[in-house]
Amino acid sequence: MKEKKSNLWLRTMKHYQLYLLLLPSAVLLFCFAYLPMVGIVIAFQSYSPALGIAGSKFVGMKNFLQYFRSYQFGVTIKNTLVLSLYSILVGFPLPILLALMCNQMKTKMFKKVFQVITYLPHFISTMVMCGLILIFLSPSSGLFANLFRLFGAQFPNLMSSASAFKHVYVWSDIWQHLGWDSIIYLAALAGIDPTYYEAATMDGASTLQKIRYIDIPMILPTAMVLLILRAGSILGIGFEKVFLLQNVQNIMSSEIISTYVYKMGMQSMQYSLSTAIGLFNTVVNLIVLLLVNFIARKTTDSSLF
Amino acid sequence: MKEKKFSQDTVVNIIFYVIAILMILIVIYPLWFVIIASFSNPADVANGKVWLWPKVIDTRGYGKLFEQKQIWRSYLNTIIYTVVGTLIALVVNISAGYAMSRKDLPGRKFINVFYVIPMFVSGGLIPTYLVVKNFGLLDTFWVMVVPFAVSTYNIIVARTFFETSLPESLWEAAQIDGCSTIRFFVGFAVPLSKAVIAVVGLWTAVGLWNSWFNALIYLQNENLIPLQLLLRRILIANESLLGAATGTMAQELRQLSDMMKYGSIVVSTLPIMMLYPFLQKYFNQGVMIGAVKG
Repeated sequence: MKEKKSNLWLRTMKHYQLYLLLLPSAVLLFCFAYLPMVGIVIAFQSYSPALGIAGSKFVGMKNFLQYFRSYQFGVTIKNTLVLSLYSILVGFPLPILLALMCNQMKTKMFKKVFQVITYLPHFISTMVMCGLILIFLSPSSGLFANLFRLFGAQFPNLMSSASAFKHVYVWSDIWQHLGWDSIIYLAALAGIDPTYYEAATMDGASTLQKIRYIDIPMILPTAMVLLILRAGSILGIGFEKVFLLQNVQNIMSSEIISTYVYKMGMQSMQYSLSTAIGLFNTVVNLIVLLLVNFIARKTTDSSLF
Repeated sequence: MKEKKFSQDTVVNIIFYVIAILMILIVIYPLWFVIIASFSNPADVANGKVWLWPKVIDTRGYGKLFEQKQIWRSYLNTIIYTVVGTLIALVVNISAGYAMSRKDLPGRKFINVFYVIPMFVSGGLIPTYLVVKNFGLLDTFWVMVVPFAVSTYNIIVARTFFETSLPESLWEAAQIDGCSTIRFFVGFAVPLSKAVIAVVGLWTAVGLWNSWFNALIYLQNENLIPLQLLLRRILIANESLLGAATGTMAQELRQLSDMMKYGSIVVSTLPIMMLYPFLQKYFNQGVMIGAVKG
């Protein structure tokens, strides 16, 4: 036993240079990822910056109950789920369809141009993207308003409509990321053995039949893994875009958990409440991820862990 | 029978190409419109007279934009954050990726878990803010480039690359010649992995160029804010950098602000858009390397 221990020590010493290479990232992770995890205790406290974590009073689940009983609980959960599920519903199948289509393009040059152009919007920053949305949707001088005016129609003010928010959010995301999201499926399609297609052609299969019986089964595992990942972050929908597109008129459908966490924490200075809501969000995310992963492993062969 | 198959395939093909061309137009037109609008007379743009080409070339928007000292200041900040942040992230993540690719790393399993947990669990906004504050990093240059430089995802990409592309025999041979791990890493591993360094570097750079959330949370000093946060004032908060005015002046000022919006979008997005087609190869490669491990 003792010998084994010293053996480990020797092995460790022999490899100190490897640890040296790990040191910077490990220190940063410890400081800025793990130390904040310790800070989660303030979710169970009535935290005051003056008293610090050690001096603040422990209040148990009070902050969580305050959130659960508040009016904002139902609203934020509903909005988060609506945006998230809508995003998956549209954003999951479309890249697959695009990849299947792109894979059939026989003209190399055209395919290349098509890819370069459809990937392009992915590199626009969220800030600029939201700026574009606001400019184009402006009811007085926006591109859409002018286009509608050509046909004598009135363009509605989408940004001040609570019911239109989800459509603006999801479809602008599709515009920006559809091409990029299809890359991974294209890679999977590129890996298919060409003899499958040759055999199918010999048997007289049409293009659509090849897609149905060769392409789709071949990319199914990739699709499952990506679906699990997306489902796992069902309550973790991105803060940035929702926050930037939010305004007083559409707040009823644009207040999501993460924007509420930000407001409670950084604007209202309710540190404990904000942390409690954030923790609730993280825990639910983890549970959903594990659940979806479990179901996927039971029903299909693909899973994350 | 054969004839029918052929014609069905042709129809499918034509539909695919029509959809593809429509998509190209839908993607490219808004981008093109921003560019021509930024060079147009603001009244023409607002009244829907500009569609494919500016009616008259008007560069007042850019003129006003470049008169603003804040633009130059924040642009410079963004460049510095991007360059320094990318360098730091590369050193941190590539070296970690290399160390984790080595099968003789003692405690490899535990170290793996240590790096993966933060991908799924985080302390959240306020606890992280408090830690950054306690380190005295609020409102400093460093908060933008150091604390969040680690990317587990990029480490995995680098590790996968080293595992698959760096022959183990190379290290064994170097070891026999008395080469130390760090000398091997600097002298052999890094020069042989330019592809993965390019991928990780590009992703990091694009991310840093486009980021603003950390600046929003951790920076208050006007002289430190990055371009994206200044854009928030121009594009989202609709704040006019030109000051207030009344009457007919107000109308003109509003239109000029609109021009500045288009101009600022072009100026802030151009660097990435210009680089992108040349670097596309590397971006795609990155997705593939990442995809191997899922």
